[in-house]
Amino acid sequence: MEAIKVIRSRTVILPDTNVDTDQIIPARFLTTTSRHGLGAHLFTDRRFDAEGRPRPEFVLNTPEAADCRVLVAGHNFGCGSSREHAPWALMDYGIEAVISTGIADIFRTNALRNGLVAVVVDEAAHRSLTDAPGAEVAIDLHSCTVTLPDGATTEFEIEPFARYCLLEGMDPLGYLLSKDAEIRRYEEETAWTP
Amino acid sequence: MTAAPDTGIDAEGPRTLFDRIWERHVVVPETADTPAVLYVDLHLVHEVTSPQAFDVLRERGLQVRRPERCLATVDHSVPTSPASWRMRLADMDVAARNQIRKLDMNCGRAGIRLLGVNSSRRGIVHVIGPEQGATLPGMTVVCGDSHTTTHGAFGALAFGIGTTEVGHVLATQCLLQRRPRTLAVELRGQLPEGVTAKDAVLALIGHIGVGGGTGHVIEFRGDAVRAMSMDARMTLCNMAIEAGARAGMVAPDDATFEYLAGRPLAPEGQAWERAVSQWRTLASDPGARFDGEISIDVSDLAPQVTWGTDPGMVAPVTGRIPAAASTRALEYMGFAAGEPLEGKPVQMVFVGSCTNSRLSDLRQAAAVLTGRRVARGVRMLVVPGSQETKRRAEAEGLDRVFIEAGAEWHESGCSLCIAMNGDRAAPGQTVVSTSNRNFEGRQGTGARTLLASPLTAAASAVAGMVADPRPFLDERRRIA
Repeated sequence: MEAIKVIRSRTVILPDTNVDTDQIIPARFLTTTSRHGLGAHLFTDRRFDAEGRPRPEFVLNTPEAADCRVLVAGHNFGCGSSREHAPWALMDYGIEAVISTGIADIFRTNALRNGLVAVVVDEAAHRSLTDAPGAEVAIDLHSCTVTLPDGATTEFEIEPFARYCLLEGMDPLGYLLSKDAEIRRYEEETAWTP
Repeated sequence: MTAAPDTGIDAEGPRTLFDRIWERHVVVPETADTPAVLYVDLHLVHEVTSPQAFDVLRERGLQVRRPERCLATVDHSVPTSPASWRMRLADMDVAARNQIRKLDMNCGRAGIRLLGVNSSRRGIVHVIGPEQGATLPGMTVVCGDSHTTTHGAFGALAFGIGTTEVGHVLATQCLLQRRPRTLAVELRGQLPEGVTAKDAVLALIGHIGVGGGTGHVIEFRGDAVRAMSMDARMTLCNMAIEAGARAGMVAPDDATFEYLAGRPLAPEGQAWERAVSQWRTLASDPGARFDGEISIDVSDLAPQVTWGTDPGMVAPVTGRIPAAASTRALEYMGFAAGEPLEGKPVQMVFVGSCTNSRLSDLRQAAAVLTGRRVARGVRMLVVPGSQETKRRAEAEGLDRVFIEAGAEWHESGCSLCIAMNGDRAAPGQTVVSTSNRNFEGRQGTGARTLLASPLTAAASAVAGMVADPRPFLDERRRIA
């Protein structure tokens, strides 16, 4: 995984609350055995009509959304299914960070494990972001701050170990594997509890 | 929200059921900088969320650490159509078949027990875990599937994970976890006739919202929960994720032990006796502190039906769509605010999924359908949760009830809950479904899902429109 320190980008706003992972990537695309290529199907039923034509009103299809790598999402983004295909699809599409007032637990873990920076800000900061679509923001993982459209900065919450892994480009599996002695001891001391 | 570092709970103080299970599984304690390393007792594996995880192990030259603690099956993409099942398997989507083949290969190489396409014990992963006696009280159970919360019904700490973490568990039998918060949900009183665990949990989600449980493990308690069968408790815990909760759990009791006794993978003889005496200690102490507490009286609860595009958009079947309903949801559903739910035309009815496909669910649907017909123009699918459930239902003659009523009786699988196996609804069709998610497109692009109990689903199938099941049951009693 590549180390991430600062993400600078214009924002694209999807203000709907409770956007579930079925919307992000519908189940019919989950028959893949790869992590790649899912960006083509990101938000597919919202991006395209039944004939496969882009719906011009959907925010990702607007010309202003081109090259935006930060998605500002409504509350409880990524709820529902645990499919990791959701962060894979967002990243494959080119999204590097999601900012919301609330991100569903499993989605947030999945995102951070893959290097998709998923951060939670307070409502005031969120409002200043949604009020200024397309504004340039900077997400600084080192200082845990987002620079808002008006130049002010706001702190965000992120699990410290996930942040460390992102900053160092470290894979948490390596950390778990380094605990082999402790795991072995636990297994020896704990009878196989039926 | 990042949980506070583990300060170590006072060993003398009252503890919750969750505390007890969590503490027993901590391999390396949590610090401010690092999450806890938590041991996983049972890892359930299915075809959709595992191939990329096995690939990571292969790429890194890692072995599956404890294959005997894994149990795999195929459920999401297997066809369920009755007569032509084997043919359908051959006709399956190439990608889906490839996924099934990969699971077969991955499990074979690692020595993981797989209840595969030809197994008489296969089924939906959250149905077979308990049915086979693999899920036991006090365990940590994970699976690359959000409805893993189901297993909490046995007093296990069970939650869904993503594919990267499936890889973590395969390689180390552990997960990196921050200690979640706890939420006690008390269901008081007695569920009225015709009102089920499904209605109770839908009402709860309507009350706290689809994000209301985020970051929390729910413990369901109270006399209504104690009175529930294991099947009903599984329905309750299954839907904990629909409130955004990490897990749902119920302290084990005699009903739990009775259910598990004699199951193929459950302990036997003296080991069983020892296990039960240990399991009896799995409860929250009086005075144990939860981070949140909710109490709901279910004595006057009506059957619940969702009207929108998330499980929190719910109302009593006798009620109306709220005036403040989301415009986007109403537009998708083709409904208007203030309309009554009863009487909405229905084109499909689905009884199945990890929420409501167990024997008691099938019995409830059959009780409504006995001597009645599915309305013209309605297609009703009944998809048992496992092949074992299917056999037991057939032994009771439930299949005849469904078939004679004009419903389809299928092989087991996830089927129309997730619509990735060929079973799907057409755009604009309204489905009354016993599954767990009414998200846009969940049952097919443009399909409209109304979540409900098996009783409400069966009543709606007969009526050809959304219907209150209670009059159907009353009528039956009068006849008797």
